[in-house]
Amino acid sequence: MALALIRLLPWRQPKPHHLFPFSLNPTKTHFLFHLRHCQASTSSPKTLILTQDERSNGSLSAEREAIVGSGTIAAIVTSLGGGPAAVGIVRLSGPTAVAVAGQVFRPVKRVKEEGGCVAWRPKSHFVEYGYVLDNDGNVIDEVLAVPMLAPRSYTREDVVELQCHGNDVCLHRVLRACLEAGATLADPGEFTLRAFLNGRLDLSQAENIARLISAKSAAAADSALAGIQGGFSSLVKSLRIQCIELLTELEARLDFEDELPPLCFPSLIDKIRVMQHDLQDALDTANYDKLLQSGLQIAIIGRPNVGKSSLLNAWSKSERAIVTEIAGTTRDVVEANVSIHGIPATLLDTAGIRETDDIVEKIGVKRSEAAALAADVIIMAISAVDGWSEEDAKLIEHIMTSQKSANQAMTAPMILVINKDDCKPKDLLISFEEICSGLFKKVVRTCALTGAGISELEKAVLEVRGLEPISSAGRKWTVNQRQFEQLLRTQEAFVRLHTSIEEQLPMDFWTIDLREAALALGQISGDDISEEVLTSIFSKFCIGK
Amino acid sequence: MASATPRLLSSLFTPLRLTYPIHAIRTSHRSRTLSFLSFNLRRPNGRLRTVSSFASNGTNGMERMGQKDEERYDVIVVGGGHAGCEAALASARLGARTLLLTLNLDRIAWQPCNPAVGGPAKSQLVHEVDALGGEIGKMADRCYLQKRVLNLSKGPAVRALRAQTDKREYAMEMKKVVESNSNLFIREAMVTEVLIGKNDNIQGVRTFFGMDFFAPSVVLTTGTFMSGKIWVGRASMPAGRAGESASLGLTENLQSLGFETDRLKTGTPARVDCRSIDFSGLEPQYGDDEVSWFSFDPECHIEREQMCCYLTRTTSETHKLISDNLNETPTYGGWVDAKGPRYCPSIEDKIVRFRDKESHQIFLEPEGRTVPELYVQGFSTGLPERLQLALLRTLPGLENCVMLRPAYAVEYDFLPAYQCSRSLMTKKIEGLFFSGQINGTTGYEEAAAQGIISGINAARHSERKPLIVLERESSYIGTLIDDLVTKDLREPYRMLTSRSEHRLLLRADNADSRLTPLGREIGLIDDRRWELYQSKQLRIKEEKERLKNVRVSGGEFAAEVTTVSGQPVRDHTTLESILKKPHVQYKLLDKHGFGNENLSRCEKDCVEIDIKYAGFIMRQQSHLQQIVNQEHKRLPEDLDYYSMTTLSHESREKLSKVRPQTIGQASRIGGVSPADITALLIWVESNRRKANQRTQQELLRSGATDNHMAASSPTDSVVQATAI
Repeated sequence: MALALIRLLPWRQPKPHHLFPFSLNPTKTHFLFHLRHCQASTSSPKTLILTQDERSNGSLSAEREAIVGSGTIAAIVTSLGGGPAAVGIVRLSGPTAVAVAGQVFRPVKRVKEEGGCVAWRPKSHFVEYGYVLDNDGNVIDEVLAVPMLAPRSYTREDVVELQCHGNDVCLHRVLRACLEAGATLADPGEFTLRAFLNGRLDLSQAENIARLISAKSAAAADSALAGIQGGFSSLVKSLRIQCIELLTELEARLDFEDELPPLCFPSLIDKIRVMQHDLQDALDTANYDKLLQSGLQIAIIGRPNVGKSSLLNAWSKSERAIVTEIAGTTRDVVEANVSIHGIPATLLDTAGIRETDDIVEKIGVKRSEAAALAADVIIMAISAVDGWSEEDAKLIEHIMTSQKSANQAMTAPMILVINKDDCKPKDLLISFEEICSGLFKKVVRTCALTGAGISELEKAVLEVRGLEPISSAGRKWTVNQRQFEQLLRTQEAFVRLHTSIEEQLPMDFWTIDLREAALALGQISGDDISEEVLTSIFSKFCIGK
Repeated sequence: MASATPRLLSSLFTPLRLTYPIHAIRTSHRSRTLSFLSFNLRRPNGRLRTVSSFASNGTNGMERMGQKDEERYDVIVVGGGHAGCEAALASARLGARTLLLTLNLDRIAWQPCNPAVGGPAKSQLVHEVDALGGEIGKMADRCYLQKRVLNLSKGPAVRALRAQTDKREYAMEMKKVVESNSNLFIREAMVTEVLIGKNDNIQGVRTFFGMDFFAPSVVLTTGTFMSGKIWVGRASMPAGRAGESASLGLTENLQSLGFETDRLKTGTPARVDCRSIDFSGLEPQYGDDEVSWFSFDPECHIEREQMCCYLTRTTSETHKLISDNLNETPTYGGWVDAKGPRYCPSIEDKIVRFRDKESHQIFLEPEGRTVPELYVQGFSTGLPERLQLALLRTLPGLENCVMLRPAYAVEYDFLPAYQCSRSLMTKKIEGLFFSGQINGTTGYEEAAAQGIISGINAARHSERKPLIVLERESSYIGTLIDDLVTKDLREPYRMLTSRSEHRLLLRADNADSRLTPLGREIGLIDDRRWELYQSKQLRIKEEKERLKNVRVSGGEFAAEVTTVSGQPVRDHTTLESILKKPHVQYKLLDKHGFGNENLSRCEKDCVEIDIKYAGFIMRQQSHLQQIVNQEHKRLPEDLDYYSMTTLSHESREKLSKVRPQTIGQASRIGGVSPADITALLIWVESNRRKANQRTQQELLRSGATDNHMAASSPTDSVVQATAI
């Protein structure tokens, strides 16, 4: 079944109505009632019965509350790309809207009171102030959360609106956090559609909705068509084909056990591992794409008084940071925004890292290290006057070890900037370029005073992050939110598959998550996986009695 | 079981609702060979004559004519195969006076092909039919020659029981059961016409020899007999099975009523004399030491001696013989274009399509304890008889074999099942039901599954009770029927586990807890079975509680658990969490004295599955619940899809043809896109509101003491109030 389609279907519990006498949750008494009830009314021709396993009744009903209706959808509902606005809104709607919001949103008052580990229980129509956090607990944005609980909302479902700062980067990050917390991306017009189907809107609006949805889905179809040649869709296609192939192998063994050679599990597990790797690559690429959208964080680190602040000022063409001759002038992290060939970047000037007894400076040094850990690119500045010193080596070692201990999957690439290029002794230079070429992806010479070398530095930044200037051909494909969601669901399925394999569950359980992965990867919803697998089984294996 | 309660006949002929107008007659029926015409059975055909002859008798006059009374029933079942028997028994047990018409009384519940019941997915069907109160499971348990559990280690949902059965014993036992029901009447007859009333409702059937039998519900289970034709090599003759005449005339009658028919093909391999086979070099295949059962009724659990099957393989000689004579086979010689089912290819298909495979497995299965016949599984062929023996003799062990029956193929008419709704009642003729191969399926289990549903519904229809539809998600039976009536099938449909989206929930072990309460409510589960069922569920429940509460620490048990699972056992661990560990089975609890002796083996299995896979089961259930909430929204049956301009043309056509009952069913029709479903939802919702609005207006108008209130058109708030 198609995921998108499922979400479009009615999420309202049909009213008990004697013309529609089918039981949705026929605990025993329910459907007995229905049968009897139907006998009384001869006008009803059919009794549709979904029998339920009596053995597991209790467990299901306990969970039912949370899963009534369909999934929870999320989208940015304010306009995007029309220049910066003061406020932008991410809306969540659906039965788990509150739970999803609770995962990403931390109200300020509760952080103080309880430490933030109790489920968020908002009061309807009361605004709360707080932060949106990502998976790792980093603050993304400061927001106002507006809960509107069913039925007093636009869609008649639980709705939570997160009012963020009106910048596209913030909004996308908040939306992404919501998707990661389990929401699905809303289809065009889906909020309105839900509102209508839940009896919220006027009848005259129905036609408009239909028109809106058909227009948008046509547009989406067009854009999907345009993307068919793209690298992303070919990757998704190949992953999907591999899923179907694996399913074929497994399902064939399940339905035609005695007619097939036994399965080679190690090679199967290898295949799954390779697929997982491909998927991780794709997600990494998606993260590159995230960089494009959310901008780069560039941390400038180094010993005191090598000209970090001057570099920031020169790069951002401002006097953002205070520059003096005194070592340790910068005590806190200073930010400045620049645009590198169209990609937004935030420069972080940090306190010079050194052993110090000054309490304020100590804190500054800690912050510098933290900034370096979170950055997408680290620029290590040294002075051409001093050359590569012992302290520099120590400093870089320190940063590397803390990166490792923070267990980061991908360490940020580092660039060595040799500042004060105008007053260097020329002969020294070549030797230390050799020394540190292993640590640094690039070495750039600059002069903060004259601004020389800044454009080379910009190029170096793009290069180390694999971001070529936008105009050039052959650039990496971009991943939009929907594709990102697709990858995310696939990865979730693969993680579960991995657990099933590790826990040595029987192979029927593997098919469950493989099937889900194949569904998530289905480009056009409505694919019939069963039929595809069967066709594949019959073409691949010689089966028959 | 249920006692006989013949009902008043006068109630049967009250005018029934008109559901479907007769449409222009469309047919895709292929031309058939001339040989049929020699039977010259074209009689003044058509419903005009039928209707008028019936009408002349008059509704009231009928009852007084004693002779005619004899021929009045509540339900008539045409065909005595696995669908027919199940339908007739269900109907009779529900108290309906039921007539079973069959071409040959000695061939009731015959197994014309594989002498086996069960296998992956098929065994689930058998368990489900049994859970509803059907017969096939009991029969297989009573007449087995060998039983094996397949897929034992591949997960609880795909575990499957397969039984080799004694073909003759099976037929005789079933005949006894059918004969012993006092509500059930059996008669040999060839039905050539169905009798239709004024409102496109069924009134009965007419036989070749001119008898009319009347009933408000008729179930057709014609199997391979409707215009059946068998082939051996190039030679063919009209027959439903080898040695049995085909049923002729009914197809044309159904076509004249506007039904679309089509042709399917299937085949069966040769039978050889087991005394002529040298088993010494063959790999034997024994049954399980510990026998499992299809039926949930312990009364049927009587162990018997098992017989052995043998495994042989095709050789290069086999392949050469076939390659040299390919043009002698119907498919490759080009005189039969109908393709057989993909999962049941002939040996020549296997050899042509998988050229690089040097050898194919062939199973030798006994057909009974008292007959020498062996079924050569995997060796069906379209080669002429003169080559068949030579071909058999290329197989190791069969060098000197004697062939008792040649392999043959059979072609027959079926009615694409989109013409039925999910109750298996046809959409055109009220009270007419189709079941089994007539709906394009293959297999005894598939037939029985449809049979019990159509039998239940035929009986309910004759009592004017609402019909039962098993939702797709409820069972393999539901999945089977939903696929049949929704999808465009191009080959005989066989049940496979991969056809079910939520098979983890549709297991053999929980077939009773899914369906027996329904069987009880319908009236097919008697008090004894019901009590057995309830006490079983109670024991399972209590045992699960016990395992949750009993804790163990250290000792031999913990040590063995650690060895088996590779996981440490902490002190004061509950038995439940021990059972959750990989590879730990309930048996291990038994071994160390932590088991419960009051539980039977399969109850222990139930407990183990419920506990071990609880997480997965829960996840699937909540997934299912979402789908259920979304997909089970019903669609009005009289929707005019052609007028919905927001739908694509293709889906307008498809939807009009299939007329789905729910949104979910609509979404499974090939060619209907998600956008179409959205459009459909909006359309349905708009219409519902418009209707509400009208009712509201009328209410306001009629009940208005307040004039201006009635005059004012309903405002938004009114609409909303009704829509909530």
